Amino acid sequence: MTDRDLIIIGSGPAGLTSAIYSARAGLNPLVLTGTLSAGGALMTTTEVENFPGFPSGIQGPELMDHMMEQAKKFGATLITEDATNLELTSEINKVTDSSGTTYNATSVILAMGSAYRKLGLYDETRLAGRGVSWCATCDGFFFRDKNIAVIGGGDSAVEEALFLSRFASTVTIVHRRDQLRASLIMQQRAGANAKIRFEWNSEVSAITGETSVEGVTLTDTVTGDTRHLDVEGVFVAIGHEPRNELVASQLTMTDGGYVVVDDPGTATSIPGVFACGDLVDYTYRQAITAAGSGCRAALDAQNYLASLH
Amino acid sequence: MSVIVATDSTFALEVLESPLPVVVDFWAEWCAPCKQLAPILEELSDTYDGRVKFVSVNTEDNLQTMADNDIRSLPTVYVFSGGQLLESFIGAVPKSKLRAVLDSL
Repeated sequence: MTDRDLIIIGSGPAGLTSAIYSARAGLNPLVLTGTLSAGGALMTTTEVENFPGFPSGIQGPELMDHMMEQAKKFGATLITEDATNLELTSEINKVTDSSGTTYNATSVILAMGSAYRKLGLYDETRLAGRGVSWCATCDGFFFRDKNIAVIGGGDSAVEEALFLSRFASTVTIVHRRDQLRASLIMQQRAGANAKIRFEWNSEVSAITGETSVEGVTLTDTVTGDTRHLDVEGVFVAIGHEPRNELVASQLTMTDGGYVVVDDPGTATSIPGVFACGDLVDYTYRQAITAAGSGCRAALDAQNYLASLH
Repeated sequence: MSVIVATDSTFALEVLESPLPVVVDFWAEWCAPCKQLAPILEELSDTYDGRVKFVSVNTEDNLQTMADNDIRSLPTVYVFSGGQLLESFIGAVPKSKLRAVLDSL
């Protein structure tokens, strides 16, 4: 069966909340979870301390497992394929996945979320997996007793630095401003950690090393001076960008590459196509706000489908 | 066919001396993307049954194999043929990309 009332693309908190609501409403949604992005950004985090209902915290992957289980319980069909092509035409939206199957969908919920932002340096690609990493929980183990740099100044950078401090001998947070953007509680934790140091007003202009990372060249954002820092690991945590490549040419987008919706609704510029989560949200970007917008997208899709009959 | 577990003592036999091309999945318990990749490789091992062998290595328990293969990021997927490294994927490898490599073997 390749004709569907509703196809949901993405399986982070936004996609899965929309799956739970729409499945419970009897819409029999098909969820393309993504092959490696299944579960979304929380799959590579550790402890989630601020999701309501879990007073002692919960591991990101465990929270996502719960959401998947809940979506399946109400009859959502989850398949681990990536969406590879979308033709959004309102009447019949064609969704092609990585197995080559094309579905016709009366309505679509876009919940592809965001991907790690890269520094944009040639060295970063050249040394990826050779000391350059985007996942502290995956790769921290390989940097035991080594010196590491974490690039970024937000919550995720500080979280990575704190995690890495368990393994590394030193962790240097390199930030282009003179203070962190991270929340106060994270700043306090970083400040209290003896292994964590700071390089303020600094941008990474090069990563050095022939076959593996040996250091970073830092450019002072105030004076323009450069200096070298010896590190064997570089963890990049400079935020995320919306995963918009499948829809950017078809929908109205913001200058920053986010899908425009009729906030607080989730309708996009094409009727029957709804968007939620980090694909839309450039302000809050939390698991709980993504879940909330996923709920709205499911209710909006439900109303849209009802209006057709 | 399912995914075969290789260790420091069996890696040469299972991978380097295998008559079939081999996909090796280097993983660890703490690595969340590795857990997302595992079922995909399991599925592909059925699809390519008899043509490609699928092997997994727990890097934490097999430090020698980890060092020999210069693994510094997880997940890492290597494709070997005739004992030679043909292709390596560091971090996330989408199913379609892996399929394209396996179809070209």
